[in-house]
Amino acid sequence: MKLHEYQAKQLLREAGVAVPAGQVATCATAAVDAAATLGGEHWLVKAQIHAGGRGKAGGVRRCQTAAEVSAAAAALLGQPLVTAQTGAAGLPVNAVLVETPTAVQRELYLSLLIDRTAAQVLILAASAGGMEIETVAAQQPDQLLRAAVHPSVGLQPWHSRRLGFALGLEAAARQQLAQLLTALYQLLRSCDASLIEINPLALTNAGDLVAVDAKIELDDNALFRQSALAAWRDVSQEDARETAARAHDLSYIRLDGNIGCMVNGAGLAMATMDLIQHHGGAPANFLDVGGGTTAARVAEAFKLIVSDPQVTAVLVNIFGGIVRCDLIAEGIIAAVREVALAVPLVVRLAGNRAEEGLALLAASGLALHTAQDLAAAADLVVTMASRQRAQLGGRE
Amino acid sequence: MSVLVDATTRVICQGFTGKQGTFHSEQALAYGTQLVGGVTPGKGGQRHLGLPVFDTVHQAVVDTGATATMIYVPPAYAADAILEAADAGIQVIVCITEGIPTQDMMTVKTALTGSASVLIGPNCPGIITPNACKIGIMPGAIHQPGCVGIVSRSGTLTYEAVYQTTALGLGQSTCIGIGGDPIHGLDFVACLALFEADPHTEAVLLVGEIGGDAEERAAAFIQTMTTPVAAYIAGATAPPGRRMGHAGAMISGGSGTAAGKYAAFKAAGVKTIESPAELGIGVAALLPNRLI
Repeated sequence: MKLHEYQAKQLLREAGVAVPAGQVATCATAAVDAAATLGGEHWLVKAQIHAGGRGKAGGVRRCQTAAEVSAAAAALLGQPLVTAQTGAAGLPVNAVLVETPTAVQRELYLSLLIDRTAAQVLILAASAGGMEIETVAAQQPDQLLRAAVHPSVGLQPWHSRRLGFALGLEAAARQQLAQLLTALYQLLRSCDASLIEINPLALTNAGDLVAVDAKIELDDNALFRQSALAAWRDVSQEDARETAARAHDLSYIRLDGNIGCMVNGAGLAMATMDLIQHHGGAPANFLDVGGGTTAARVAEAFKLIVSDPQVTAVLVNIFGGIVRCDLIAEGIIAAVREVALAVPLVVRLAGNRAEEGLALLAASGLALHTAQDLAAAADLVVTMASRQRAQLGGRE
Repeated sequence: MSVLVDATTRVICQGFTGKQGTFHSEQALAYGTQLVGGVTPGKGGQRHLGLPVFDTVHQAVVDTGATATMIYVPPAYAADAILEAADAGIQVIVCITEGIPTQDMMTVKTALTGSASVLIGPNCPGIITPNACKIGIMPGAIHQPGCVGIVSRSGTLTYEAVYQTTALGLGQSTCIGIGGDPIHGLDFVACLALFEADPHTEAVLLVGEIGGDAEERAAAFIQTMTTPVAAYIAGATAPPGRRMGHAGAMISGGSGTAAGKYAAFKAAGVKTIESPAELGIGVAALLPNRLI
């Protein structure tokens, strides 16, 4: 789960990390009030969305008067912001962060994340702040500094010494880096974060380290014990269908194609998407109804798939392990009748009671196609989808 | 014959009296697994499914001689269950539980370093040696004793691989689902080494997924093997960056994509399988004498 910049900075501030003075606002009036409270002569108005690349997309505006703050907030709020990381539709801006600008001498990069292979926390740092770290890694790999923290030993003084000297920091700033790393490591552990990224970390003209931007991602598996942070989830930043899916224990991700997929198991769901592409089609979504799914969940999944207007055909691929294919078939029949399915449907059932399930589908009188073989099912749905699209195109 | 588990393996179940533990213990018993008891703290001394219930793994090991465990406890308690099993000297720990916090697994992984225990999972279907020992949630009926070792990060996709190899009459020596979580126990390389040492595994089918660099490390190891390996990677069409943070995807040196993993396998001379409908015939191609 991603946090907004203003939420991340609140956690950082509480952890004792220096962040710019700032206030969050959800309307232009509140933004002007925030600027007045902050004082000074310059302000940044920063769009709060769950994606980077805001600066280049006009999502961070520098203002010198209250009128400019008002205009910037009014322009950003309520509109989608499209950045290099959001996709064409962009993400809605429902809040702006009004901040006092930082007088920056140098920009650095700093992040802490879980290194899955080594099973430990990895600290990454680079002299080139502000750039995307992927760019640094690709273009100047020797500029990327790494220091691993052993889980049972924890952060040690050498971590900040090593990074501080390598970053070319003076003694006072090295001291601040040590305190900063301690705070960030404790925060990562205490809030079950999978990533804390400070980019840029500013070395100010006054010689202080300040977190000018901040990104925090939390481990979804740990949200059960992070209820205060879980309440910060902003569903407006997520696809509405993905949110609806989660409420029904379904895992759904929207894609750009036109063949809706419903599969049990994440690996098989990914493989089914691959298969559709392998046969010349394009999947409209990833949808995992779970390894041991139920007829009711299948019905919810169906509603979700057909709510996407891109979908011109649907492929259901269920491998019955413990789950019985005949029960799934009953769920499919009920769902197809309920949603009055208007696009071709191909159902592939295999495993536990697959024969019985396919027989039920055949006897249902519904206009659907069945298959036991995976390749045959994929071929069929790709053909049906392009035929359906041609028909729809002809009507327009 | 098999790796890690066989007909003589004595198994206990942690979370024995819960709904999942009960259901899958019944399934294991029906399959012929030597399930010898289970653990549910506070229910020690009772009997469940005709077997003894213990308060602790240590007591279960003393009384039953168990060497393997299957864990069906909720995510909040699963890491503790793994650590308890390891301390009790259980050799094969199979954790089925899905949704364990990553930092809990970081602790587990560190604690198991240097331990004699092998962890399979978490968030996995488990391990099965056909007609001998089933520890996990996989459907027993689709398996058949045979010559293909299967190792996979997925659940139902593993069943697909099993189903296809059974349909071709190849069967399986042992199938290991290593789990889909970022931090897990046994990895591809460890499983490949086990299959390489098993004289009855004639070929290995590796089913990978996007993310991390486990497949790249497997590719390097396969170059040292004599047993042939076929590999499929799920997720070639998955959108980038949906599960991993940007920095997380980056640290393993640009790896994590299906294209990168396929390239690593091809460079290592591994037989690559592009379609999930061809898992069976893909590995069969390595065994020309096996097919009629």
